[in-house]
Amino acid sequence: MSQATPAPEQPPAGSTAPARRDDGLESRAQGALREMLTSSWLVTVAALVLALVISGVLIAAADSAVQDAAGYFFARPADFFSAAWNAVWGAYVALFQGAVFDPGAATFARAIRPLTETMTWSVPLILAGLGLGIGFRAGMFNIGAQGQIILGAIFAGYIGFAWDLPPVLHLLLAVIGGVIGGGLWAGIAGYLKARTGANEVIVTIMLNNIAIYLVGYLLTTSAFKRGDSNNPVSPPVAGNALYPQLLGSQFRLHLGFVVAILAAVFVWWLMNRSTLGFAFRAVGSNPNAARTAGINVNRMYLLVMLVAGGLAGMAGTAQVLGTEKVLTAGIAASFGFDAITVALLGRSKPLGTFFAGLLFGALRAGGFAMQSRTGTPIDIVLVVQSLVVLFIAAPPLVRAVFRLPSPRGPGAQPAELAAPVVKEAAA
Amino acid sequence: MSAVAAPAPARAAAGKPLPPVSYKAPIAYGAVAAVALLLFGILPASGRETAFTMFAPGENIQFSVPSKLTAIVLCLIALGLAAWSFQAARTRRKVGVWLPAVYAVVLVFALLTWAVAGKAQPLPLTSLLQGSLFLAVPLVFGALAGLVSERSGIINIAIEGQLLAGAFLAAVVATITSSAYVGLIAAPIAGALVSALLVVFAIKYVVDQIIVGVVLNVLVVGITSYLFSTVLRENSATLNAPERLPTLPIPLLSDIPVIGPVLFRQTILVYLMYVVVIVLQVLVFKSRWGLRMRAVGEHPKAADTVGIKVNRTRVWNTLLGGAIAGLGGAFFTVANGLAFGKEMTGGKGFIALAAMILGRWSPKGALAAALLFGFADNLQVVLGIIGTPIPSQIMLMTPYIVTIFAVAGLVGRVRAPAAEGVAYVK
Repeated sequence: MSQATPAPEQPPAGSTAPARRDDGLESRAQGALREMLTSSWLVTVAALVLALVISGVLIAAADSAVQDAAGYFFARPADFFSAAWNAVWGAYVALFQGAVFDPGAATFARAIRPLTETMTWSVPLILAGLGLGIGFRAGMFNIGAQGQIILGAIFAGYIGFAWDLPPVLHLLLAVIGGVIGGGLWAGIAGYLKARTGANEVIVTIMLNNIAIYLVGYLLTTSAFKRGDSNNPVSPPVAGNALYPQLLGSQFRLHLGFVVAILAAVFVWWLMNRSTLGFAFRAVGSNPNAARTAGINVNRMYLLVMLVAGGLAGMAGTAQVLGTEKVLTAGIAASFGFDAITVALLGRSKPLGTFFAGLLFGALRAGGFAMQSRTGTPIDIVLVVQSLVVLFIAAPPLVRAVFRLPSPRGPGAQPAELAAPVVKEAAA
Repeated sequence: MSAVAAPAPARAAAGKPLPPVSYKAPIAYGAVAAVALLLFGILPASGRETAFTMFAPGENIQFSVPSKLTAIVLCLIALGLAAWSFQAARTRRKVGVWLPAVYAVVLVFALLTWAVAGKAQPLPLTSLLQGSLFLAVPLVFGALAGLVSERSGIINIAIEGQLLAGAFLAAVVATITSSAYVGLIAAPIAGALVSALLVVFAIKYVVDQIIVGVVLNVLVVGITSYLFSTVLRENSATLNAPERLPTLPIPLLSDIPVIGPVLFRQTILVYLMYVVVIVLQVLVFKSRWGLRMRAVGEHPKAADTVGIKVNRTRVWNTLLGGAIAGLGGAFFTVANGLAFGKEMTGGKGFIALAAMILGRWSPKGALAAALLFGFADNLQVVLGIIGTPIPSQIMLMTPYIVTIFAVAGLVGRVRAPAAEGVAYVK
């Protein structure tokens, strides 16, 4: 810290950020190149490529044409490689066409329909991912988005089908109900962590399971079950409580997408511009220092969970008031677990989470198209998702694979993903 | 402060003030027992009988008890136990694990007496217990897997993935070799492979262990489901039709009335479970290996100072844990004679994690907690057949609620290994 900094315009040593130190030895151009090669978004892209390549190997391995060609590999190796390429390329093209734009469609509306599907799928992922991201930045590992989505859907769904209210008010109340439902469910974990120090990982996992059985039970009761059906399905949500369709009735895209964008802006404001968000981040960086600075850490644990659960509950409203329009036991699908990977991929930041949610929404929407057109099961999407997050969490691995230079300064690894470390030198 | 509690003044005189007495646990015991007394004993109509049946060699023993009276007596015993624990807390005496255990058994019997009251079909006690033990098998293996790696300081959230990988490989290998036993050997390898990934990312790349675990679970679900939908579905007869592990009754022991058939008329996987629990219980607390493992998990720097290789210990323990969980995964396929199915572990890995915590990171505790979960699981099945007033979903969520209470400290303080989840970098 005490060596002289060559750049005269920089403030004196001691107050400089350590990451700037290495600029002096290189020319400006080299510095810019290094900056580009070591930036986190390049690692993100590289991780995505790596995940797609490995998943491609799986796709090729399960393809029957590839298996046939492998039988006479040494006679005509070219056959094997072209079959493998065809299998992988075909699957990924179908994935893209199912997620973004379908050039073979008859009308323009049909052609952009995949993009709207991607946006529809991404709504619960973005909302729940934003909530989880707040938790991660405050140092709380909330695995409970699944249960919080379910509780949000229960509350919002019940208000939606059981009450009878004028148009705007009904939707508003149903959404507020969903936020309260998700917030309360997460609040249990926050309260227990604050009061008894109970590990939030375990409590939220347990709450997920309880929520699954709770919604199953409620759908057998007369208050929730549709009268004319033997299946565990609620009555349809009243029209007044539904999110309006954004692009007319031929697309599923609904106002929830706008809500997700607004929520991302709100989270950005909360975490970067508000006192409360500062306290959240302080608790996440170092709870002891935060306590010394006069922040009520236990109260923050509760508040973080309430906000995170509220956002996950909002994801539940998107499902029950927008996409599905009824409450079922499978209302949350696996959004709560996928949202964990969304938040990790987005580095827990609002903008990153938004794009990560769109990406995973695209993988899901495109996965269905890929499954129906090329026969590649949608399960491969889970492999892509998990590999992306694994690689992003380990930048040194990605850099080694692509021979990217490693940054010398600290922060080579995103702080949210790195484990707490005991160093020998540390006291 | 002078005459009431005898040991207190002596210690107070030494200058160390005692912490305030916590009545949380006794109050919780008392409250639950009182509610049970009201629900199962006082409120229900009298004059009904509860029938039980037990399996003994050659015959079935059947007996009936008056429902209301039995439930009241059992709940009063539970209240008595609550009073005992209150008294113990007041005088600062420690209560053994027998108290919560007996308390739970007594209350469960009160619940059973109420739930089956007036039904024509008797409650099959033997098969209830037998099924409970059977359903607890993957939970025990999973909990032990978590224990072995967490005692060395690596959080293993990937138990679910290890179980699933074990189930997958066991089914495939057992079908290819047409031997359930070979499948049983393959299962630990799959679990250890998942652990190997955990180790690479958690120790070499110092990624947060919980994140790696969560993501590995998704990865294993993705890979096994993908292979199931492609390769296994097309060739299910040649790749996914495992034989069932045969039941091996142990001579003499299996003829003991009631507990004989429950404990000793099982498959080799259950006997392996006994061995693993006993061996680990001894090794973790009484061997050099166990001492080193616990040292690394509690204070890695101190362990390193005396020459224990911290990360090497962690790697081997995590791999061993993965192998144990993988073996437990064989339960889902070869032990049941079932084909592999998508996500067939259904969250059992997370319940195993809860069992490990509830059992306070000790093998026998994990066994007891896993048996509790297995019992709740099987009780719901058995009561579903007989037909009872309790909705099955409520029965199924009970273990999770119990775990939350346990983690929140009502059942006693739960303390994880101190260095758990903290990477060690020299």
